[in-house]
Amino acid sequence: MTIAASRIEEKLYQNRYLVDSGRPHIKVRPHQKPSSNLLALTRVCPAQCYELTDEGQVEIIADGCMECGTCRVLCEASGEIEWNYPRGGFGVLFKFG
Amino acid sequence: MIEEKFDAIVVGAGMSGNAAAYTMASQGLNVLQLERGEYPGSKNVQGAIMYANMLEKIIPDFRDDAPLERHLVEQRLWIMDDTSHTGIHYRSDDFNEAKPNRYTIIRAQFDKWFSRKVREAGATVLCETTVTELVRDTKDKVIGVRTDRTGGEILADVVVLAEGVSGLLGTRARLREMPKPKSVALAVKEMHFLPEEVIEQRFGLKAGEGCVIEAVGTISRSMAGLGFLYTNKESISLGIGCLVSDFASMMESPYVILDALKSHPSIRPLIAGSEVKEYAAHLIPEGGYKAIPQLFGDGWVVVGDAAQLNNAVHREGSNLAMTSGRIAAEAIVQVKSRTRPMTKQNLALYKTMLEKSFVIKDLKKYKDMPALLHTNSQNFFTTYPQLMSQAAQNFMRVDGTPKIDKEKATTAAFIKARSRWGLVSDVVRLAFAWR
Ligand SMILES: Cc1cc2nc3c(=O)[nH]c(=O)nc-3n(C[C@H](O)[C@H](O)[C@H](O)COP(=O)(O)OP(=O)(O)OC[C@H]3O[C@@H](n4cnc5c(N)ncnc54)[C@H](O)[C@@H]3O)c2cc1C
Ligand code: SF4
Repeated sequence: MTIAASRIEEKLYQNRYLVDSGRPHIKVRPHQKPSSNLLALTRVCPAQCYELTDEGQVEIIADGCMECGTCRVLCEASGEIEWNYPRGGFGVLFKFG
Repeated sequence: MIEEKFDAIVVGAGMSGNAAAYTMASQGLNVLQLERGEYPGSKNVQGAIMYANMLEKIIPDFRDDAPLERHLVEQRLWIMDDTSHTGIHYRSDDFNEAKPNRYTIIRAQFDKWFSRKVREAGATVLCETTVTELVRDTKDKVIGVRTDRTGGEILADVVVLAEGVSGLLGTRARLREMPKPKSVALAVKEMHFLPEEVIEQRFGLKAGEGCVIEAVGTISRSMAGLGFLYTNKESISLGIGCLVSDFASMMESPYVILDALKSHPSIRPLIAGSEVKEYAAHLIPEGGYKAIPQLFGDGWVVVGDAAQLNNAVHREGSNLAMTSGRIAAEAIVQVKSRTRPMTKQNLALYKTMLEKSFVIKDLKKYKDMPALLHTNSQNFFTTYPQLMSQAAQNFMRVDGTPKIDKEKATTAAFIKARSRWGLVSDVVRLAFAWR
């Protein structure tokens, strides 16, 4: 896990972002136990924004998010996450895409 | 607050939105295009192969100034196991023609160019503006949009939803369902920079020529997926995509399988010494014909990836996006020129016209393909590639075994892995899905 985590940071470091501080565009709703899809996001999110806490809950820090929408497809319908685009101009800014 | 009322509002400045906005503006319509990115392309990811024919139908002389990377003279289809690849390569000097058929492009640059053309055609383009909601009248007709920028509403006769695969607006307005995990692939991609001549040497290319590789096999770890490597002028786009449902059930990490692809002995030498300058992720619609939603309604049409118009078998998306954008725009122009209102009934013309084009015909042809590949991903993406590699190696390696015994061993391996009946049924089902 830690090896993968350090590598993802190197990857995201190459990208350009304009983070809208204090206004995260994705939120995880409070939960007792994550569903299998929410738990899967700790692996499947390509920016590794989702982490499992020591208390067994899934948290998100969306700063490195590439707005791919994978977590929305997996977890919005169940209500476990709230997903929106960042405000216009904010978020990931692909130089090449 | 924008007071004026537009003939049309286009949401999104990707391939489909630019095609639609350009076509309507050049026919004299008063068009407003809204894009949430800082500049057009800043949110968009593609391989990217661009198909000239579909852009020619919109901007015939695009070759004069469009940012094109390389024209393609060679395509390789690889079936990979962990240490090898078996391939079909097709290269032809016929592709060195005056007006080449396919080019690699870099979307951020291409979209900026396309957007400039849209402005030159007379449309108003506003970036850094996220459309947050559709505005409807009391009869539920879409009459405009709300954005995160202006407090108020912006009104138009028709809204063209060119909002890409996630399609937040349309799904939230219940015009269509949210894409299902099994009908979208998550692709990750890196840009590897190398000097132009190094790329040309490694792929045996002359200046300006390009080569692309599409690969299936154990690289996707039994998930339904595909890897790709495309040559740009001074960079190589390398990526892999698999179904979201497979990622979730296998708990695989996309960047881990991308890194594994990079270190595959067949890929590693091609990108050796490169400098990586970007890592991107994006969804691709993979549901095919059966996933196409309602395409039009009172005051709106939907085009491109938002309408799931993507041919996963042939890796075509941008051309379906451009064509659906252009056709929707032509339908709108026709309805307007007859001074008819933009009702559901009148906008049905878009679907009628789209059905006559390659877009719907191609998707219909492969309508059973997604289900087949998705339910048999273990066989198609791992078992067969492994068998193929073993068979090829068995055929090539000279070790004193009589050829007849070698052939028997290969046949036995196929039967052992899939059984006689399994082999026959895979072939039959594949043939039916393809026909
Ligand atoms: C890794 C990868 C490789 C691919 N390779 C190929 C290939 O080689 N060849 C090919 O033909 N196709 C390929 N495709 C598919 C192709 O990229 C898409 O089919 C194409 O980009 C779809 O165009 P579009 O206009 O429908 O959507 P997009 O290009 O995604 O554009 C949607 C636009 O809408 C904007 N937007 C969305 N919502 C809002 C909102 N609410 N307010 C304002 N703006 C909004 C977005 O910022 C974006 O600019 C590939 C896709 C991926 C992910
Ligand atoms: S949108 Fe994509 S990158 Fe962003 S948090 Fe969700 S899965 Fe991760």
